[in-house]
Amino acid sequence: MSFKVIDRRVFLRNTAILGAGLAAPMHFVRGAYAEDVSCNMPKGDTVTFGWSVPLTGPYADEGADELKAFQLAVKHLNGEGDGGMIPTMKPGALKGNGVLGKKVAQVHGDSQTKTDAARDNSKRMIERDGAIMISGGSSSAEAVAVQSLCQDMGVIHMSGLTHSNDTTGKDKKRYGFRHFFNAYQSGVALGPVIGEAYGKDRKAYHLTADYTWGWTQEESMKAATEAMGWQTVAAVRTPLGSADFSQYITPVLNSGADVLILNHYGKDMVNSLTQSVQFGLRDKEVNGKKFEIVVPLFSELMAQGAGDAVKGIYGTSNWDWKLDDEATKAFTKSFGQEYGAPPSQAAHTCYVQALLYADACERAGTFFAPAVIKALEGFEFDGLGNGSTLYRAEDHQCMKSCLVVRGKETPKDKYDLMEIVKVVPREVTTYDPSIFGGELGPSDAKQC
Amino acid sequence: MDAILLQILNGLDKGGAYALIALGLTLVFGTLGVVNFAHGALFMLGAFCAVTFNKLLNLESVVIDPTQTTAWGSPLEVRTPYVEALLGDFGNYLHDYSVPASIVLAIPVMLIFGIAMERGLIRYFYKRPHAEQILVTFGLAIVIQEVIKHFFGANPIPQPAPSAFGGTAYVGQILGMGQTLAYPWWRIIYLLFSLGVIGAVFVFLQFTTYGMVVRAGMHDRQTVGFLGINIERRFTVVFGIAAVVAGLAGVMYTPILPPDYHMGMEFLVLSFVVVVVGGMGSLGGAVAAGFLLGILQSFASMNEVKAIIPGIDQIIIYLVAVVILLTLPRGLMGRRGVMED
Repeated sequence: MSFKVIDRRVFLRNTAILGAGLAAPMHFVRGAYAEDVSCNMPKGDTVTFGWSVPLTGPYADEGADELKAFQLAVKHLNGEGDGGMIPTMKPGALKGNGVLGKKVAQVHGDSQTKTDAARDNSKRMIERDGAIMISGGSSSAEAVAVQSLCQDMGVIHMSGLTHSNDTTGKDKKRYGFRHFFNAYQSGVALGPVIGEAYGKDRKAYHLTADYTWGWTQEESMKAATEAMGWQTVAAVRTPLGSADFSQYITPVLNSGADVLILNHYGKDMVNSLTQSVQFGLRDKEVNGKKFEIVVPLFSELMAQGAGDAVKGIYGTSNWDWKLDDEATKAFTKSFGQEYGAPPSQAAHTCYVQALLYADACERAGTFFAPAVIKALEGFEFDGLGNGSTLYRAEDHQCMKSCLVVRGKETPKDKYDLMEIVKVVPREVTTYDPSIFGGELGPSDAKQC
Repeated sequence: MDAILLQILNGLDKGGAYALIALGLTLVFGTLGVVNFAHGALFMLGAFCAVTFNKLLNLESVVIDPTQTTAWGSPLEVRTPYVEALLGDFGNYLHDYSVPASIVLAIPVMLIFGIAMERGLIRYFYKRPHAEQILVTFGLAIVIQEVIKHFFGANPIPQPAPSAFGGTAYVGQILGMGQTLAYPWWRIIYLLFSLGVIGAVFVFLQFTTYGMVVRAGMHDRQTVGFLGINIERRFTVVFGIAAVVAGLAGVMYTPILPPDYHMGMEFLVLSFVVVVVGGMGSLGGAVAAGFLLGILQSFASMNEVKAIIPGIDQIIIYLVAVVILLTLPRGLMGRRGVMED
């Protein structure tokens, strides 16, 4: 019996080759392990969505409407009710049996329309409740803050009502997606309509809410109106949440301006518009022309607050329940029967965002966040109330038609305050994504 | 010139609101020594008296019309207000004047609420430190707000001024100065109303025996007690009157600012600054400071002023408060010994 003697060098060489050989397959299957570490991948038979909505504070009514829409979306995703817009969505991978065979569960938190509360909520829902996606919100500051958190935590954020250019501009994130239109698109849509209605020789005075949304709204409206020959007499910033705007309105009276553009939203819009009308601005004649007021971003709930003051006022809207397409009719019917009132545009965008996320998971065949992001990027769809829509890959902004609306002179009821003047097609509202700068950042999966 | 007159008018109008709210605040402080941070909530409650009155006038009979449906497929409800059906033209008139008419509801509601608040909660904090009074009244304000939000929602609810006063008063034309000087009728009404209420409170305190006893109690509660007068009961009534003043200020403000549950907080801080500048517990001081700060705030918002000092409109009130308190530590008309223990 003889033993082959292996010398030390041969032993080391063979061990190295064996080690490399065993380790090599790991290189090719590492993606499979990465999928397991995407934040909050569901392990049981449910998947949890988190809604961060303002249930207290100035936008509480809007937040309540958003929550109703989310709850309805979950119902429809789980196969209950009439399905809402699931049957109208084209292409649609949703089957009404949950998402990827898992029932959708939901948690929600009150964002109070405050960035810190919204971030705290979202963090809690991700860390404690295991939310795989966060959606909702009624302010751009909130959206920017939460999508930044979601980027850090590797959780997809489908923002609710946010209209600032910054959300998908300089502050855009790979993990953040916006269905709602933005201030730039409002300006592009509204400019020609008010130009035609009020003429090309106008002098505009801006009152602007002093925060990210107000600044971008003012910038966009100035660009749109100056491009058609209007002059900007003054642009005055007003503190967010002012109750009495009279001291800002009185200088307008003797400024030589013949149009007042109110870059305000929410309670600010209600108060500034109501008080502007009380100061007789709409009865005035300046420079031989009738004085006009424009509110670039309209909301049905805010229009209810402003009462008669909205009559005849032009603005823009992301969507309106009175649109005539099948998807809008289906959603309005579903929402109206559930809650006894038509949905607001905030409710619509939130419902759509929930469906779009769920659909992206189905198409990707996984909840793995980077794969879902890929499924959403560049996704072209229809049948969700805004016609043919593209979730643009470059900035995660939806490119779709938007509405120019006007306060109705003789509304039938409190849900009929606005009339659609024009549906501005997607080709007109589409813009170069590079104009607002920003970087999407990486889509690496994170463990939370 | 028109611009300056307009700002003066605007300042007086703002000052009227500040003075009216601050008057109740300082009245409570002067009599009971309580720093009432729920005073803004009383202003808001008054505004919601107007909303409630309007809702009562709008109570409707509902008939289902099976031949028509809503956009979401439910049968259409045809609604007819009872008031208009029962009272005809007078119902329409009442509906039009619902804001001033709601004073009839606001006075008893606010009086009862004020007295209940003082008897049920505030009196237990008379001898407690001011910090505790602030905490408990602030907490109460939040509770009142949330209750209102629960019943009325968070959205502002517009209350139109009577149609006769809904438009603009061409003040310039009235004064023979051209058409450019114009101001909303209702704001002028509000200014006159504020002056009327302030005057009534002063007359009550200055020229009635009841008021004289209250004033005596403000100076020396113990001696008035020795005379066999139940000064506590009178102070309770004064708290109720302060609540009524805040409530009336709220009622009449609704056509200017569509009320929501949070509107009281927006005025509370400003009114508190007014009270401090005027001098804690000084009624005259509160009124003078209210008008002074209103006018200064209005002028600071002029574009010409802001071009020289950007952002001055945001800080003017607090800047003036600092300057006045540095030069007159008791405020414009503050009394010796008040808040100096």
